Amino acid sequence: MKYVDEFRDPTKAKFLLKEIQALVKSIEVTKTRPLYIMEVCGGHTHAIFRYGVETMLPDEIELVHGPGCPVCVLPMGRVDDCVALAETPGVIFTTFGDAMRVPGSKKSLLQARAEGCDVRMVYSPLDSLALAKENPDKQVVFFALGFETTMPSTALTILQAEREGVENFTVFCNHITIIPTIKAILDSPELSLDGFLGPGHVSMVIGDSSYDFIADHYNRPLVITGFEPLDVLQGIWMVLKQIAEGRSEIENQYNRVVPSGGNPAALEAIAKVYELREFFEWRGLGSIDHSGIRIREPYAKFDAEQQFSVPALKIADPKSCQCGEVLKGVIKPWDCKVFGTECTPETPLGALMVSSEGACAAYYQFGDLEKIHDAKQKHEETV
Amino acid sequence: MCLGIPGQVVKITDPTRNLALVDVSGVQREVNMDCIVEDYRPLNACVGDWVLVHVGFAMSRISEDEANATLKVLTELGEVQSEVDAMRQSGQANVKL
Ligand code: SF4
Repeated sequence: MKYVDEFRDPTKAKFLLKEIQALVKSIEVTKTRPLYIMEVCGGHTHAIFRYGVETMLPDEIELVHGPGCPVCVLPMGRVDDCVALAETPGVIFTTFGDAMRVPGSKKSLLQARAEGCDVRMVYSPLDSLALAKENPDKQVVFFALGFETTMPSTALTILQAEREGVENFTVFCNHITIIPTIKAILDSPELSLDGFLGPGHVSMVIGDSSYDFIADHYNRPLVITGFEPLDVLQGIWMVLKQIAEGRSEIENQYNRVVPSGGNPAALEAIAKVYELREFFEWRGLGSIDHSGIRIREPYAKFDAEQQFSVPALKIADPKSCQCGEVLKGVIKPWDCKVFGTECTPETPLGALMVSSEGACAAYYQFGDLEKIHDAKQKHEETV
Repeated sequence: MCLGIPGQVVKITDPTRNLALVDVSGVQREVNMDCIVEDYRPLNACVGDWVLVHVGFAMSRISEDEANATLKVLTELGEVQSEVDAMRQSGQANVKL
């Protein structure tokens, strides 16, 4: 329990850990198998590793690190599309810093920039829009990515561009949506989960009722959880309590930030600007129905996919990568053949190594290296 | 990007476009307040409020205690520096020190 003293309230953390121990004992199935709880959000994954939450939990609980890091699930073909847009003459390609190092099939955006493309890091889509206004002779493309947390910001920027009649600003829309993704995970035969920690900031936008099907149709508990370590412990405790009491409900541990109805202004902007794509390709997970969104027809002039020719090729992940299995929680990061050898944060092969919210980078950075080593050896012996 | 960062509204800069200057760990930049203003809390009333800022948009109003606790965690996760750096480096950030 080396990190508990760093928690906001160490006494409460210790109390929760005791409660968790007791609850686990009272849950019958833990006698034969561990309980699998998935944290969907990359922010949770990062916090779990930084604070060593996994090492504090009883062995009967296995945390499965879900696909909630938008940078990590970006397929190679999409990175190639970004590079193609960046290489288009007259284009200034703008992106969040996180996406710069994600490997494409030939290069990353960082490499494209080194080769002379005008790729710029921005903090906000609004900064891209301002750049467009300052450079009327250039086409400024914004690389939009993220779940519902960042979706409204792109939508509101497009609405502002329209109000201001900006003609040289487009968005390459790669936003993904959480609900179909969770549904795909629940339908996946490889994986059987006992409960979820729901993402805090996505829920701040969409509210809690969108998750109802998880409790009603799949009989799994989901607790919307904040990303402080104490929040994570409390979220786990709430999931366990539901399991122990035979309940499956959507609960909100993070109600100090997440209102039940979400954010009406953000939801309105989302509904106005976007529509669902029939399917969207994910790195490692393949195609998931209705998991992506695109820009609606009335805003077509702001859609980079319609204004430029984007190659949109499907590129398979390198054979040695096992990102998909890690994303689905089927294997642990260190079980991947190239973890820590060919694939490191400095030279990422897979996207899970790129962002600190990716499970592989988080393990690499904060994981209990001894434990990883032992597990790796055990794994090798059994193979 | 996904975790956001708390900041305090310093002043309203553009009432027609719902823009306000927000102080995030000592760096000030203009932030869009569309998702924060409500009938019972118009833009002018937001000065002094703490908000959670995601990529240049205030997405939710939080208490000062919550803001401080969140900043502490984000500092420990190494996120404050990267967010603030991104704001500074962004070609267009209205960074005023
Ligand atoms: S170690 Fe690298 S290649 Fe393997 S799963 Fe992780 S990110 Fe993917």
